[in-house]
Amino acid sequence: MSNEPFEQQTVLQRILDDINFIMCLGLVVPTVFYTLWGVMEVATIPLGK
Amino acid sequence: MAITTAQSPFRTDPLTGLRIDLTAATLVKVNAVLAVVFLLVGGTAGLLVALTRWPAVHLLPADLFYMALTVHGIVALMVWIIFFEIAVLYFVPTALLSCRLAAPKMAWTQVALMTIGAAITAVAILQGDSSVMMTSYVPMNAAPHFYLGLILFAVGALIGCGVFWGTLVIAKEEKTYEGSLPLTVYGCMVATVIAVFTIASGAIILIPTFLWSLGLIKSIDPMMYRVIWWAFGHSSQQINVTAHITIWYTVAGLAFGAKPMSEKVSRTAFLLYILFLQFGSVHHLLSDPGLSSAWKIFNTSYMMYLAVLASLIHGLTVPGSIEVAQRRNGLNNGLFEWLRKCPWGNPVFSSTILSIIIFGFIGGITGVVMSVEQVNMIIHNTIYVPGHFHGTVAGGTTLAFMGLTYYLIPVLFQRQVIMKPLAALQPWLFGGGMSVFALAIMGAGTLGVPRRHWDITFAGQALGYEWPGLTQMFMAVGEIGGVIAVVGGALFCLIVVGSILMGEPVPADAKNIVAPPADAGGHKEIGAGGFEAPGTFVLAMVLFVTLVLYYFVNFKYLATLWTLT
Repeated sequence: MSNEPFEQQTVLQRILDDINFIMCLGLVVPTVFYTLWGVMEVATIPLGK
Repeated sequence: MAITTAQSPFRTDPLTGLRIDLTAATLVKVNAVLAVVFLLVGGTAGLLVALTRWPAVHLLPADLFYMALTVHGIVALMVWIIFFEIAVLYFVPTALLSCRLAAPKMAWTQVALMTIGAAITAVAILQGDSSVMMTSYVPMNAAPHFYLGLILFAVGALIGCGVFWGTLVIAKEEKTYEGSLPLTVYGCMVATVIAVFTIASGAIILIPTFLWSLGLIKSIDPMMYRVIWWAFGHSSQQINVTAHITIWYTVAGLAFGAKPMSEKVSRTAFLLYILFLQFGSVHHLLSDPGLSSAWKIFNTSYMMYLAVLASLIHGLTVPGSIEVAQRRNGLNNGLFEWLRKCPWGNPVFSSTILSIIIFGFIGGITGVVMSVEQVNMIIHNTIYVPGHFHGTVAGGTTLAFMGLTYYLIPVLFQRQVIMKPLAALQPWLFGGGMSVFALAIMGAGTLGVPRRHWDITFAGQALGYEWPGLTQMFMAVGEIGGVIAVVGGALFCLIVVGSILMGEPVPADAKNIVAPPADAGGHKEIGAGGFEAPGTFVLAMVLFVTLVLYYFVNFKYLATLWTLT
């Protein structure tokens, strides 16, 4: 898509082309908002007495 | 991961002009053939399930029904699809970037681990003490080798993702491409990112469950299991969505010379998948107590809608790009001349377009609506849910994979497709049967028929239930559709295996089957009303109106069932 020199690329273009950053985003975002938040929800349920 | 430095031999394919790494081609063939073999196994189990859930037939006794359902779920939803996806991950970068495959020995390790893992799990199920269905919810206990097989299979898939990633590094280092990755390779990259999250989630929950089955861990909290398992179970279907959308783009380019209407928009839509697609996992947990509405609604009704936006973008741009290409090639009259004159008898095309339609209208719309916490109460744990995911995974993903297979037979196996009239019919048989199946059982689910149940009438039990005739009809029609789909699937396996074993060799002077890029002439010469792709715009509006109507119909239905005063 883009053959422009790095300096002339938009921020979005740089993000889209940085596959290692994409990998980090793809792991961190669902881990935080789905997994960790969900686990905390379950872990904080009071135990029955 | 080590990257081999040995140069692999290449050949130039006469049909496509693609430069193909022979090592990669062999691995693609092996993975694709294993995928088709497992599709046959999964489809056979699906036939047994359909013939049992068909009230008038009710074929299997309860124990065999749950065994068949477990085989069908694991093999059709995971094994067939992931083997095929690995084939795609090896084919797309090596062929489109003209580079060699990284670490072929690791790729063979992937083949071995996935095959052995699937076989071990299959043995565990067939031994009869692991009929825990695909979800294998604790505290239902399967044999230890059931979990061990799944873990080995997942490790193999993770190695496959690593080989793909290594191939991208090789292509970059050897400068086989410049600038951004081509969009189809980019789509595969996105699929591997989702796969890594998925497999890591599977490891987090399946390894402790394996230890629990060995007696080394005292217990697994069922609710914790469900939260983490669905990060694996549903995200694995999101890999499929990303992979089949990548195939849509690929086929549009190969068959029509179509280019995405806006590469930047399509890539941004893939970025939305990276950020938000996995949040859809929560729609399995919307009726679970203990989990807050804030978590449920944030994940589904807010974040997941951004992934839905991405799907709408892909659903608009793929047919839109085909329309633009067709119009530039002279089919510019009216709204739908470009569509009428598409190659409907070509299974590569028909599989792809049916995949787009079924995924959008059946799998997509119902997925959005059932992800609303309130509406989910109507259909949770009913047979509506299998109706939805057969619309996405069977109608969407499997059909797209079938279309790509028809394309790969002459390119990779260098054989012509046999029984061409039947091959032309096959996608319609599979897609038509699957659509009837999905729609009818969703009707039954809306009326309350439970999923995963051997006998919905509870015959002979203290609390038997007499379902109305409409429900019985939905179940019967649905399962007849399911049988038709299985016939279509079996026909696919027959044609693929027959073509590989008995197909005529592709002649050395065969004509290139890749459409040249559509003429990039002025935009003003095509389309109508200021739109380049007015037909696609109208179809997108039909989809949108259907979604809105279906959304409000479900809320109206909810209001009649759960009357508040």
